[in-house]
Amino acid sequence: MTATLSKVDRGRVQETRPRPPRRYRLSNLDTKVSPYLFVAPFFVLFGAIGLFPLLYTAYVSLFDWEVGADEPLFIGLENYRTLFEDDQFWNALFNTFSIFLLSSAPQIVVAVVIAALLNANLRARTGWRMGVLLPYVASLVALTIIFGNLFGPQYGLVNDVLGLVGIDPIDWQASTFGSHVAIASMVNWRWTGYNALIILAAMQAIPRDVYEAALVDGASALRRFFSITLPMLKPTLIFVVVTSTIGGLQIFTEPKLFEPSGGSGGGTEHQYQTVVLYLYQSAFQGLDLGYASAIAWVLFMVVIAVAALNFFLTRRAVR
Amino acid sequence: MRHRWISVLICAAVSAAATTACGTGGASQTADGKTELTIATFNEFGYEELFKEYEAAHPDVKITQRKTGQGQPHHQNLFTKLGAGSGLADIEGVEEGYLSQVMSKASQFNDLKEIGPKVEDGRWLDWKTQAMTTKDGKLIGYGTDIGPLAMCYRKDLFQQAGLPSDPEGVKALFATWDSYFAAGDQFVAKVPGVAWFDSAAQVYNAMHNQLETGYYDKSDKLVVDTNADIKSNWTAVTGAVAKGQSARLGAFSNEWNTGFKLGKFATKTCPSWMLGVVETQAGPENKDKWAVTDAFPNGGGNWGGSYLSVPKQSKNAKKAAELAAWLTAPEQQIKAFKAKGTFPSQVKALEAPELLEQTNAYFGNVKAGALFATQAKKIKAAQYKGPADGQIQETVFSPALQSVEQGKNADEAWTTAVEGAKKAAK
Repeated sequence: MTATLSKVDRGRVQETRPRPPRRYRLSNLDTKVSPYLFVAPFFVLFGAIGLFPLLYTAYVSLFDWEVGADEPLFIGLENYRTLFEDDQFWNALFNTFSIFLLSSAPQIVVAVVIAALLNANLRARTGWRMGVLLPYVASLVALTIIFGNLFGPQYGLVNDVLGLVGIDPIDWQASTFGSHVAIASMVNWRWTGYNALIILAAMQAIPRDVYEAALVDGASALRRFFSITLPMLKPTLIFVVVTSTIGGLQIFTEPKLFEPSGGSGGGTEHQYQTVVLYLYQSAFQGLDLGYASAIAWVLFMVVIAVAALNFFLTRRAVR
Repeated sequence: MRHRWISVLICAAVSAAATTACGTGGASQTADGKTELTIATFNEFGYEELFKEYEAAHPDVKITQRKTGQGQPHHQNLFTKLGAGSGLADIEGVEEGYLSQVMSKASQFNDLKEIGPKVEDGRWLDWKTQAMTTKDGKLIGYGTDIGPLAMCYRKDLFQQAGLPSDPEGVKALFATWDSYFAAGDQFVAKVPGVAWFDSAAQVYNAMHNQLETGYYDKSDKLVVDTNADIKSNWTAVTGAVAKGQSARLGAFSNEWNTGFKLGKFATKTCPSWMLGVVETQAGPENKDKWAVTDAFPNGGGNWGGSYLSVPKQSKNAKKAAELAAWLTAPEQQIKAFKAKGTFPSQVKALEAPELLEQTNAYFGNVKAGALFATQAKKIKAAQYKGPADGQIQETVFSPALQSVEQGKNADEAWTTAVEGAKKAAK
């Protein structure tokens, strides 16, 4: 279309413009090229460390590619076929979603409550607000090792405390649900405060006059919270859900360091092996890069599917 | 190697953020013109003082040690960076369990007969050298230590159970695995709250390494389900677990360390290098409670032992080989043995008076050198290790035994283990 349009004679005589002087040509070039140069760093970086690994992983996943092997063997979609028949993969996918639900769901509820408390008239308000962010500042690895000790099956503090109130010790390593709770508690400890601050920021953006009108109409504090605060927080809550979905589906450090002997199996029977941990195990213990790449791509697809689901829910919710 | 440019590209992109991340092998010269040699080890090699000695004798060399706590992450790193084509130290420690995986990539290591200095014939025990020699006669690693097995035990707890506790008296208990497990039954009946051994996998691995044929036969065929010895070891160990003989503490975990401190188990399978580990974990408060005797169920055995290899990616391969040859000479290995109990694999070192007279203060001044030399003589040959041998032991059989300790049915766990071994060997 554009090609034909440009040939149409619009009845105007083309003015032959004088050739601009040399220095203008340079500044002309400047206005045309510079913007691309300014945005280039992002695209170059994204290409090198975002797009390229993504595509190269897809390429590797089509091979039987062992670390250090001389000649990788092309096997097409064989890795994917094996993967879909691999019980350990489905188990890992289940664990990932289970830990994700156990961490994200309570976390957002608690974060909203904390945000509401921080939004009230407190003494030393800034101190409290900074305080909830402290777990986020602490090193993830240190945090995980400490939690690993707390949840030690035999000499852990958590079981000691449970013993005081008459509950039998739980083998946090052996039990699937127990290990998921332990790992989810690490995630919650770290992220609840962070999410609370985001929600708090959104709460403060809610116009005061809406609350005043409700107050004049005689709405109680609880009513105001459920009828004004929560609905107006919706876009922010969805943002928090989306980010925690993406983070939650890629959980790795916590289950990796929760394994007491330092392996990557995620428990003696893979009770808490997540998808990324299985990926890691395939790549760096099994040294099977092709298979690990296939896991990476399937996980990528799962994250996209969940993110897309979130996107459509978001659009409906906001309208 | 074909894909080296990719890692270069990634390094270039990453190096903006972390300049030290890549190509450590490339930074071979320090600011003052010395040659920097890096050496990557795991657990305790006992080389710290030797490095100072070597640096003093060779003013042009600066040695940097990269120390990893456990064998598994060390070797993961080794194989990953072999694949990447860069990032390895000039000298890489290789543990026996990973030997066959290394042998299958022998082309990426230097032939030490070719680049190394002249080393006297018969420096090492024959089987030690043989295991690291390729089919076409290349030597890709100098032997450092071996792991002759003895038995460590808690004297005080033995007394409490009414068992003999002097080093001669306990030998009858440690004559065979049957007598060992029988004594365990007696012990757990008398001393409540204390187990006989630390974890099933620790005992099982010791038993396994005594077998003539392990997970693989010599033609690299996986024989895990046809080798009856493996199954009978499994049955014996899981039977003992069922009777409460295991403290159910995964080796090298935090809870295992706590178990040492609290004295939660009475015996420990003790390769020579374990003495240092016991001392560190049990701590000064348990000094003189631990003892070691020159007896081990069913004779002797070997667990572990390492080599020093020089990957082809090293930029200072010749100097690295010189250092490695020096470190693995009998005189130096005795010093390492004195420092950390790494038991020398060198014939001359085994006869050296310094070794035979060496004592261990933590273990009641026992003549540890002579003791482990006796144990070393009981070893006939090192078991042949197949391609995925280390992986099967660490990621298949050990977790499977742990699952039995966590309450899983032993027969089901056996099925899982056999399947897991087949998958690992694929």
